[in-house]
Amino acid sequence: MTLNNLAVGNSARVVSVGGEKAIRRRLLEMGITPKTVVTVKKVAPMGDPIELLLRGYVLSIRLSDAERIEIESLDAAKGSFA
Amino acid sequence: MRVGLIGNQNCGKTTLFNQITGSNQKVGNFPGVTVSLSIGKALEHKDMEIIDLPGIYSLSPYTSEEILTRDFLINESPDAIINIVDATNIERNLYLTLQLIELSIPMVLALNMMDEVQANNGTIDVEMISEMLGIPAVPIAAIHNQGVSELLQTVADIAESRKVPEKTDFCTGAVHRAIHAVQHVIEDHALIGSVPTRFAATKLLEGDNLMAERLKLSENEIDLIEHAAAEMEEETLADREAAIIEMRYAFIEGVCSATVVKARESKEYIRSAKIDSVLTSRAWAFPAFFGIMLFVFWITFGVVGAALSSLLSAAFAGFSSFAKSALSRYGLNYIVLALITEGALTGISAVLSFLPTIITLFFFLSILEDSGYMARVAYIMDKPLRKIGLSGKSIVPMLMGFGCTVPAVMATRTLPSERGRMITVLITPFMSCSAKLPIYALFASAFFPNSVALVMASLYFFGAALGIAAGYIMNKTAFSGSPIPFVMELPNYRFPSAKTVMRLLWDKAKDFIQRAFSIVFLATLAIWILQSFDSRLNYTLDSSESMLSSIGHYASIVLGPAGFSDWRAASALITGFSAKEAVISSLAVLLGSQEGNAGAALHTMFTPLSAVSFLVFSLLYTPCIAAVAAAGRELRGVKDAFLVAAAQTGIAWLMAVIVYQAGRLFTNGAY
Repeated sequence: MTLNNLAVGNSARVVSVGGEKAIRRRLLEMGITPKTVVTVKKVAPMGDPIELLLRGYVLSIRLSDAERIEIESLDAAKGSFA
Repeated sequence: MRVGLIGNQNCGKTTLFNQITGSNQKVGNFPGVTVSLSIGKALEHKDMEIIDLPGIYSLSPYTSEEILTRDFLINESPDAIINIVDATNIERNLYLTLQLIELSIPMVLALNMMDEVQANNGTIDVEMISEMLGIPAVPIAAIHNQGVSELLQTVADIAESRKVPEKTDFCTGAVHRAIHAVQHVIEDHALIGSVPTRFAATKLLEGDNLMAERLKLSENEIDLIEHAAAEMEEETLADREAAIIEMRYAFIEGVCSATVVKARESKEYIRSAKIDSVLTSRAWAFPAFFGIMLFVFWITFGVVGAALSSLLSAAFAGFSSFAKSALSRYGLNYIVLALITEGALTGISAVLSFLPTIITLFFFLSILEDSGYMARVAYIMDKPLRKIGLSGKSIVPMLMGFGCTVPAVMATRTLPSERGRMITVLITPFMSCSAKLPIYALFASAFFPNSVALVMASLYFFGAALGIAAGYIMNKTAFSGSPIPFVMELPNYRFPSAKTVMRLLWDKAKDFIQRAFSIVFLATLAIWILQSFDSRLNYTLDSSESMLSSIGHYASIVLGPAGFSDWRAASALITGFSAKEAVISSLAVLLGSQEGNAGAALHTMFTPLSAVSFLVFSLLYTPCIAAVAAAGRELRGVKDAFLVAAAQTGIAWLMAVIVYQAGRLFTNGAY
C-alpha cells in the first residue's frame, strides 16, 4: 500500500521512500525514513496536499509524492514480528 | 569573535537573535557568501558578533539558503555556532545538529521553548543530551529571555578554548566503515580546501556533487569513493543517501528515548488543531483567507491610512507654513526659501505622511508570518498555484510583495526549485508594493472620493491577476518543466514575539524615513531645480519654460496614447525609478502645492479616465532601482535586471494604453 491511500486519521509504518532524487532526499531528511510511524491528519481544502503527523510534528506533502511512499499497516508490522 | 546562529525554520531563531543583540543590528557582507546577512553585537559580550543565518532543515544543497549557510560555515569559519533547536519538536531539529557537529566548529546546543516542554509536563535531560552529543547544551526560553545569559557565557567559553565537538561518530557498521574509508581518501584534499574532513566524507558518500567539485578530486579517488558507497549500499540494503539519513535518525531516536519524556499532547498542538479545524477546513479555508486579507487591507488603507496619514499631513502642512513665514521674516534669499519650502518640505512631507499606513501593512504581514498562518496559506494555495507551475511556498514572497519587493524577492531563496524561484521573482513585481500606495491614495481621493477603497482593491487585484497570468504564460513557455516540489512543515500557531514584531516595524520605519531624507529628498531637489531653472540656468517662475519641461516633453510623446501627455506626469514617473514615493513628492513639487490641495491641483492635469490609466501605469511600470537590483541578484545578473525593468515598463504602457483607449471608446470620449 502507498501513503496516498491511507485514510485520514489512520496511522501506518513507512516501508520505503521513492520518488525523484531531490524530493525523496528531502522527505527522508524531514524524518520520513523507513520504520517511521506516520498518521494522516488532514487533507487540504482542495484535496491535495495532505497533512502528516510524524516524529511529533506536522508535515505537509503532496499526494503525488505520498504515492511513492510504501507503507504497511501497524497491525501487519506487529504481526510480522510476532 | 564571530558566532553563527543557526537552526530550523520556526524554532524561534529570530526571537533569540533579537534578545541577544537588542538594537545593535546591521546588515553585513561576507566575501565567502554572495548575499548579505544580519549581524548583531551581543549586549552582554561586547566582543561577540552574532550572525543570523537563514532557517534551514539540513546542510544538503536543496535550497539556495542551505548552500549559502554551508558556504558561510565553511568559507567564513566562525569562531563558534549556536544551534538553536525547538525542544518541543526535538527529534527532527536534531537532524541538522548532527550535520553541524561534523563541521568541527565549537558549538552549543540551545534548547529553545523549554518553558512549553515543562508546561506540558514533559522533561528533557539536558546533561544527558549534552553528553550523548558531545557538545554543551543550554535550556532556554528565548521569548521570555530565560537562559540567554547562560547560553552566551557558554558560547564565549567554548569559542575561547576552541573546544570543538567531542565526537563526530554516530554511525555503526557498514556506514561507519564507508565514512572512514572515504575520509582516508580525501584527507589531503579536505585540508587544502579547508573543508572539515568528516563533513566532506559524509557529503561525498551521500553523492553531493558540489562537494566533489570543491575538493577537486581525481578520477581515481572518485572511483574509490564510489566503491566505498557501493559496498555500504550492499551491506545496509539501502541506497547511499537513505543509508546515511537513516543512520542519523537512528542515533537521534536513541538520544531522544534516553533523554526526552513527553507527558501528553501539548496544549499548543491541540490549540493549533482547533484553529486549523476552521482555517484549513474544506468549507472555511478560502473564505477565511480572503476575509483576513480584506480585513488587513481595510484596516491598513481604510482606517489607519486615512486617519493617521491625514493627521500627519496636516501637521506637516502646519510646520511647513510656519517655517515659510519664519524664514521669510528672517529675510532668507527668495530662491533658497523657495527651494526649502516648495522643494524639500513639500516633497518630504508628501511622502512621510504615508509612514503610518506602511508600518501598519508590515505589522500585519509580520503577524501573519510569525504566527504560523503564512504556512497554512501556502498549504491551502499549493494546488491552485501548481496550475501556474509554482508551489504553495511561492505565496509567501508574493504576499510580502505587497509590502516591499526587495525582501519579497529575497524570500524566494527558501524555494527549492530554481525554476520556481525564477518565476516567483518575475511575478513578485506585479504585487503592488506599499511605496506605490501613496500614489493610489492621492489619486483615488482626488478623483473617486466615494470609492477610495474600491479603487485601491481593484488595483491590487488587477496587479495580482496580471502576475498570475504572467506566471501561467512563463510556465507554458520559457520556464516549462517538471512540477515544483512542496514539502513543508506546519508549525504550531504561536503568539508572535512582541519584541520581534516591534523590531521589524522599527527597521521598516527607519528605512522609510531614511529613504525619505536621502533618495526622495535628492529626487525632490533635482525635480525642483530642473523645474525652477530654464536651460540657460535662469530662475523661472513659469515651470513650462524649465529644463524639466523639455525633458518631460519627450517622455510625454510616448505616454500620449495612454492619456497623460502632461510633461509633469511623465517627469514624476521618471523620478519614481529612484523610489516610488518620489512620484508623489515630485508631483507635489511640480504642482507647486502644499499637501492637502494637491488633489485639487491634479484635476488640472488629469481627467478621471487618464487618472485611471496613470494609476495602471504606476502599478505596473518598472520596479524601483533597489527592487530591480534585488531581482537581478536572484536571477542571473545585470542583464536580467534590465530585462525585468524593460518588460514591466512595456506591460505597463500597453495596459495603460488599452485602459485609456477602451475607456474613451466606451464613453465616447466624454472623459
